[in-house]
Amino acid sequence: MKKISIFKKPITQYSLFMPILCLFLVLIVNLIQTPHFFKITIQNGVLYGYIIDILNRSSGLVILAVGMTLVVASSGGTDISVGAVCALAGAVCVAALGTGETYKMPYIAAVLLALLIGLICGVFNGFLVSFMKVQPMVATLILFTAGRGIAQLVTGSFILYVKPKSFTYLGSFIPGVPIPTPCFVAAFVVILTWLVLTKTSLGMYIQSVGINSKASFLVGLNSKVIIFLTYVFCGICAAIAGLISVSRTASIDANNVGLYIELDAILAVAIGGNSLAGGKFSLAGSVIGAITIQALTTTLYAMRVAADQLPLYKAIVVVAIVAIQSPVLRKWFKNLTLKLAPGKPVKEAM
Amino acid sequence: MAIGKEILKMRHITKNFLGVRALNNVDFTLRAGEIHALMGENGAGKSTLIKVLTGAEEFESGEIWMDGIPHPIINRSPQEAQHNGISTVYQEINLCPNISVAENLFIGREPKKHGMIDWKTMNKKAKEALAVLDVDIDVTINLENYSVAIQQMVAIARAVDISSKVLILDEPTSSLNDFEVSKLFAVMRKLKERGLGIIFVTHFLEQVYEICDRITVLRNGELVGEYEVDKLPRVQLVARMMGKDFDDLAEIKREHKGSTGKEEVVVEAKGLGCSGKIKPFDITVNKGDVVGLSGLLGSGRSELARALYGADRPDKGVLKFKGKRFTSRAPIDSIRAGMGFLPENRKEEGIIADLSVRENIIIALQARQGMFKLLSRKEQEEFADRFIDLLKIKTADRETPVKQLSGGNQQKVILARWLLTNPDFLILDEPTRGIDVGTKTEIQRLVIKLAEEGKAIIFISSEIEEMLRTCNRMAILRDSSKVGELSGDEITQVNIMKAIAGGTTV
Repeated sequence: MKKISIFKKPITQYSLFMPILCLFLVLIVNLIQTPHFFKITIQNGVLYGYIIDILNRSSGLVILAVGMTLVVASSGGTDISVGAVCALAGAVCVAALGTGETYKMPYIAAVLLALLIGLICGVFNGFLVSFMKVQPMVATLILFTAGRGIAQLVTGSFILYVKPKSFTYLGSFIPGVPIPTPCFVAAFVVILTWLVLTKTSLGMYIQSVGINSKASFLVGLNSKVIIFLTYVFCGICAAIAGLISVSRTASIDANNVGLYIELDAILAVAIGGNSLAGGKFSLAGSVIGAITIQALTTTLYAMRVAADQLPLYKAIVVVAIVAIQSPVLRKWFKNLTLKLAPGKPVKEAM
Repeated sequence: MAIGKEILKMRHITKNFLGVRALNNVDFTLRAGEIHALMGENGAGKSTLIKVLTGAEEFESGEIWMDGIPHPIINRSPQEAQHNGISTVYQEINLCPNISVAENLFIGREPKKHGMIDWKTMNKKAKEALAVLDVDIDVTINLENYSVAIQQMVAIARAVDISSKVLILDEPTSSLNDFEVSKLFAVMRKLKERGLGIIFVTHFLEQVYEICDRITVLRNGELVGEYEVDKLPRVQLVARMMGKDFDDLAEIKREHKGSTGKEEVVVEAKGLGCSGKIKPFDITVNKGDVVGLSGLLGSGRSELARALYGADRPDKGVLKFKGKRFTSRAPIDSIRAGMGFLPENRKEEGIIADLSVRENIIIALQARQGMFKLLSRKEQEEFADRFIDLLKIKTADRETPVKQLSGGNQQKVILARWLLTNPDFLILDEPTRGIDVGTKTEIQRLVIKLAEEGKAIIFISSEIEEMLRTCNRMAILRDSSKVGELSGDEITQVNIMKAIAGGTTV
């Protein structure tokens, strides 16, 4: 959807400029602090390195951010239940496969079951938000609290372990493939979503409803159904992220899977330069936002920041990132670029 | 009760809104002890004038003088206006329903004793402030327990108590019943006797004649004149509000008025109504017709149009469209059947601000096509370019967000949106409001052209001239119901105004 010609306007005017700059700034710290940060090696036939680790670890968040972006765009609200839905979907999958030496049911059936659970959660949220007109945060607060409870019910409040090795493929590596599987899943979700949004008119509908639902209604859009669909989709995304998460550890700990990840997902959307008030959105921005958050975490680990102090440093950097993208500073940046290039005034519309 | 000296003088007030002149050299004078009606149709500049006065908006040039202040004042905020003796009570009451009446009256200026709020004094003073208005209520219970009318009294009491020179009442009666209105008027008379100057903004003609001393009429951001109520008959007032003078658009004239022999009915409503919005009405629109809906604001013009389009679902009566019975569950049904609807409120219901001109133009067609049949980018661009050309839409680019266009060009984009769907029946609700004269002419010409091409059109405008030029039939609305119809030679200014004013024409 972006213009091809780079010279049409100053580079700072592009909506993706700031998110990319932020990611770049986070990475550049490593160049000085941890020189081997960018090194990628092959060990045991698979790729190793901080960069691979960032892409691998961020994939769950990327998937959640994609779902969250559409929810924010269509309804101007956020789905805070995604973390709990991750746990619930993971729990259902593990419980369905059982803790024996072999699976209780075909693996693929358990995965589909987990996705179905995500879909049902999405239907529940979407129904409350679009048809019952409950505020998104309140509507999704229900599953935010209840989701983990149901997950505990499913697992009988135990941490369950899955024994067959193939269960870990989704969260780590498929034998013979050097790239982590979550990266493929994330790429698949992002590309599929992007295709659906751009090859059908859904992308335009979602933006239109998010910008002005009254006008959208009068031009014949069914804003309720569109908002509903985004919540359903977000639920499925959460289930996928949950599946990756339980596969990483080959276990389900319903108390900790996807804990607080809804906040990171919302943050990813914001760092991506998307307005949380809804309307226009950039999927690429949210993806970059999600990667930025993981890059930050990995960077801090690489700098040997203790895990329990991590949130503090993360918070400081996030404040900085959000401040850089604030309208006030953006305006300042714009003026700066104007001063630097006095010959080319930015064309304000009439 | 004699009207006293001038307490407020506004001179040569000019204000632009994104290139559109909202107020042009407007004078306004308020005297002590008078109730002064500020009249004008929507977009005339009433609310802008009030906002300039109360500091909610800045103005570009002109002066505001208050009695007792030796220099012109500029109010930068409502607080500053209050300080200068100007208070406002808005249509939507801006008090807090969940705290007590007394707190509402004194919020931000509570009487204190030893640094703590002195509740006893506050409640006593609240009681006194309301007693001035003959309102005797328990001031210690929450405001939400009282009717809108009482809430309004509290708002007025607060305004009067803070500063008592100029009181602005912006549409205070629109949510009151007759009894409450009479109570409000009693309060207004009382305040008037105390020497307050009251600016009364309303759409209700009867009320103006009941309570006001003077009327200032604005139209299109310009002062039409200041009149004493008893020297301005109602029909004359309506004429002043709607604009009587022929302007340079006068040469546009519908050529074939009346019947063309064989009438092909496109829209036929029988007893169609929508509870709480529009009382049951009959209306017929033929192929090639431009049917005007005439009436003052709030008379049900837009509501009638919305009921036909299915934007509000009618709960009574029958609608026939192109000979078949037609029920629309949502606008998409109407669009599929061949209707188009340009809504009255361009900003809130028309444009999708952040989307580009291209997307705004194609969206209705795309909605009709359905989600899975995306118009190709090339088609979209061709459609957009065709209409940017055809309607001479001034935009930097077809990808420019529509919010960056001027009002007139935004309106053209919405027109383009509907023309692209090639509807058989097009409803245009105030298509020319707030846009410059040149564009107005273009739009009027376009409406006539479309009718000649065989479309059925409903045209709503507050400007009577415009209606005279474009319509061949006219339905008159008053108080949410259709009260009559004029056609052919009956459509004259005098007839329309008489019909609109209704009741006894003074």
